[in-house]
Amino acid sequence: MTVWRRTILPALMPVLAVFTAFVVGSVFLFLTDIENLKHFPGDPVGTILAGLVNIGKAYSALVLGAFGVPAKLAAAMGSSDPKVIAGAIRPITETLVASSPLIFTGLAVAISFRTGVFNIGVEGQFIMGALGATVAVLALPDLPKPLLLILAVVIGTLSGALWGFIPGFLKARTGAHEVITTIMLNYVAAQVVLFGLRSDFLKPAGSSTPISKVLSTIVRVPLIFQLPAIRLHYGIVVALIMAVLVSWFMFKTTKGFELRAAGFSLMAARYAGMSAGGSIMLAMALSGGLAGLGGTLEVLGTVGQMSNDLSSGFGFNAIALALLAGNRPGGVVAAALLFGALRTGGGLMQVKTGIPLDLLFFVQALVIMFVAAPALIRSIYRIKVYSADGVTPQ
Amino acid sequence: MRLELKEITKRFPGVLANDRISISVDRGEVLGLLGENGAGKTTLMNILSGIYRPDAGEILIGGTVRNFHDPHQAIDAGIGMVHQHFQLVPVFDVVESVALGAETVTGWLGTFGRAAARRRVVELSEQHGLDVDPDAKIEDLPVGVRQRVEILKALYRKSDILVLDEPSAVLTPAETHDLFKIIRGLTAGGTSVIFITHKLGEVLEVADRITVLRRGAVAGTVKPADTSREELANLMVGRDVDLLVSKGPAKPAGVVLSVKDVQVMNDRLQMAVKGVSLEVRAGEIVAVAGVHGNGQTELVEAIVGLRTIDSGEIVIGGENVVHASPRRVADLGVAHIPEDRMRDGLIAGMTVEENYILDSYHRAPYSSRGWLHAQEVAAAAAQGVRDYHIQTPSIDTIASSLSGGNQQKVVVAREFSRRVKLVVAAQPTRGLDVGSIEYIHTRLVEQRDAGAAILIVSTELDEVLAVADRIAVMFDGRIAGILEGASATREAVGILMGGGE
Ligand SMILES: Nc1ncnc2c1ncn2[C@@H]1O[C@H](COP(=O)(O)OP(=O)(O)OP(=O)(O)O)[C@@H](O)[C@H]1O
Ligand SMILES: [Mg+2]
Repeated sequence: MTVWRRTILPALMPVLAVFTAFVVGSVFLFLTDIENLKHFPGDPVGTILAGLVNIGKAYSALVLGAFGVPAKLAAAMGSSDPKVIAGAIRPITETLVASSPLIFTGLAVAISFRTGVFNIGVEGQFIMGALGATVAVLALPDLPKPLLLILAVVIGTLSGALWGFIPGFLKARTGAHEVITTIMLNYVAAQVVLFGLRSDFLKPAGSSTPISKVLSTIVRVPLIFQLPAIRLHYGIVVALIMAVLVSWFMFKTTKGFELRAAGFSLMAARYAGMSAGGSIMLAMALSGGLAGLGGTLEVLGTVGQMSNDLSSGFGFNAIALALLAGNRPGGVVAAALLFGALRTGGGLMQVKTGIPLDLLFFVQALVIMFVAAPALIRSIYRIKVYSADGVTPQ
Repeated sequence: MRLELKEITKRFPGVLANDRISISVDRGEVLGLLGENGAGKTTLMNILSGIYRPDAGEILIGGTVRNFHDPHQAIDAGIGMVHQHFQLVPVFDVVESVALGAETVTGWLGTFGRAAARRRVVELSEQHGLDVDPDAKIEDLPVGVRQRVEILKALYRKSDILVLDEPSAVLTPAETHDLFKIIRGLTAGGTSVIFITHKLGEVLEVADRITVLRRGAVAGTVKPADTSREELANLMVGRDVDLLVSKGPAKPAGVVLSVKDVQVMNDRLQMAVKGVSLEVRAGEIVAVAGVHGNGQTELVEAIVGLRTIDSGEIVIGGENVVHASPRRVADLGVAHIPEDRMRDGLIAGMTVEENYILDSYHRAPYSSRGWLHAQEVAAAAAQGVRDYHIQTPSIDTIASSLSGGNQQKVVVAREFSRRVKLVVAAQPTRGLDVGSIEYIHTRLVEQRDAGAAILIVSTELDEVLAVADRIAVMFDGRIAGILEGASATREAVGILMGGGE
């Protein structure tokens, strides 16, 4: 009973939401396959079968693109040729590369949501973190590499934390609503990054595009595998460690207890002698710090250069992701892997079947919609749940 | 209309809340429903009003079987429910609250036909003697009046079976008296009423028949004329209950709490406490009696650091706490049971265990150097659950799934579990069954005898007279008089409460 309520039930809803989204996605695929539908009046059964085959092809391309081809993986097992191994594991490592920034931003959003603060500014905190790390690397290129890496990571994290702390402070001290201030600070961050990238300090001499000097020649996050064209670096390990730390922090420490209490009821937290303002500021700073660390590892690990499009919406996707994850750190990791896999696998699917990537954004949007409307999923699958307010949805 | 519930069974994870319960109410009858905290009263009524569906059993209205799939169907069948915790929107006015969701009155283009709704509200309140200002905002109304709004809401929907879940828990004696008049008026007109309460005197006074539940099953049905408080208490709890607290004389020692000429404003910036001076010594129980809304709430909040005072001085254990934070006051050894526990004392979404440490999570043995100690927390919470007979499947259960009274007990158990210098308890036994009241009163006296200073705020005359060594009656923001507990009479306290000399 307890296992059911504590672990299976929370995971069941998102899993069903994902499943349902893919089913709806297939219907959509079928209905938009005009070539195939043309045959419908003459041969309805054949059309439907052909449609099913197409859907199967698309989804299998997606899975293979995201996790690799089994035959290749099997071949790689016995091989010592780095090229063969790299070719086999590249899909899965690329999925992990795509997931890792999402884990950071997802955790950032989850911490703030658990505290009852709506940090919509993770995007800004992410790029400010990356900018801080970039500046650190370019300012002190001659430091010993390990020291420089650590310093850059610290500065990047602190830059993100500061960018998160500002709206937290404003809310705690003046009551300014964090949704508004964080959205605005996203714009400010984007402009600050652009301004920085136009300065001679960051940009290569003579360049006019907003891309910084190459950082990876100075310092970079170590790679996990020394194989050709495998970009996977230790950022993913840091991400997983952070997920564990966040979970510990939220559930095993007194500060985490305060944050969760504030997230449920500011009034009761105040009566219990907690400082509501303190919790808000701490949550925002931690949230920003996680985002900043994510940005730092993205620029120093994956990309190796700061640019104004470093983040392809990691901060915004994280909001949906945290929702799907129920703000649980373990859920964030799972959801980030899903989103990462969709992103990576979508490439192969597009190449192989000509189905545009947009289908996946559509599926992703459906997932979020189904998660946001749990009653819908419950009624589709007739799940009985005793909700917290004591009302049983039938 | 005659209502019958037959063999109703309802199971929650880990709890059999209703175990083949059968009850019936005749037309124009008042059925009193009694039972310990967690006996299953609210669950049964939620089934009747379509909020829950029973696992087994059926509902018969006027002899025909009715199955409700949602609350609307129950409302259409004439069932009106006034919940244990009111469900009104604070910013609405009375007319809006009453008409909310009842689509009987809509104006041109489906807009809200306020004029017509207002007419009906006025009509109904006159007809049934429910005195309310139709244009007042809910948040400005005292609880007693809010309750009348809830009753109006039910009448507006033409209920002929009215369920009142612990309606008197938050009422003053005068308000309760008015409520009984209303109930009698309604039954005379043919309405059936189910009245849930923990107050034995009330149920004996107003009910035509009394059904007692124990652990989810019917323990017995009796007529008021054939029974007594003692028998009812025994039926409920399954043992004899001491309805009077036994306690020796107080041995007051040094002053622990001293309040001098304190003035405090309420949220609407009106002076609520207009110069109060009061002392509570170690080893005595002082009760602040008074009708709700005479400044007691603000006084208590000022003492525990939740409200800044306008003038005067508050000293606890020798330290001036006028500018102290709630945390600082708690650290001085003060336990506080807030009046609105559902809002301020408890976090509904957290577990029983987490709520048990809500204000002492940062102290040993629950934590050290910032880390929570899961085992110590669990052990303490389990102890509290045992000591206070809190009915819950486990300490990991989310607080909101406990019965109303058991939620209250979590807060009381938490605050009484530490050794403290001063206990400030607002309505410590509100919503609790007789067995629990007995237990908590005994604990209060124990704390007193162990040398704690105790300040309780209560609107219950019985409680005040039972436990207090001294009684300070508050009226209109001032202390109208201080009486010795041993010699005080109901009449004397009652007169002071009403503002008389
Ligand atoms: N939504 C729910 N989920 C799980 N358990 C529940 C839920 N509602 C009630 N229960 C359990 O059912 C039992 C009966 O609860 P109920 O609220 O009916 O008691 P009650 O008689 O109204 O008590 P009280 O006098 O304290 O209000 C309790 O043990 C409670 O924990
Ligand atoms: Mg109840």
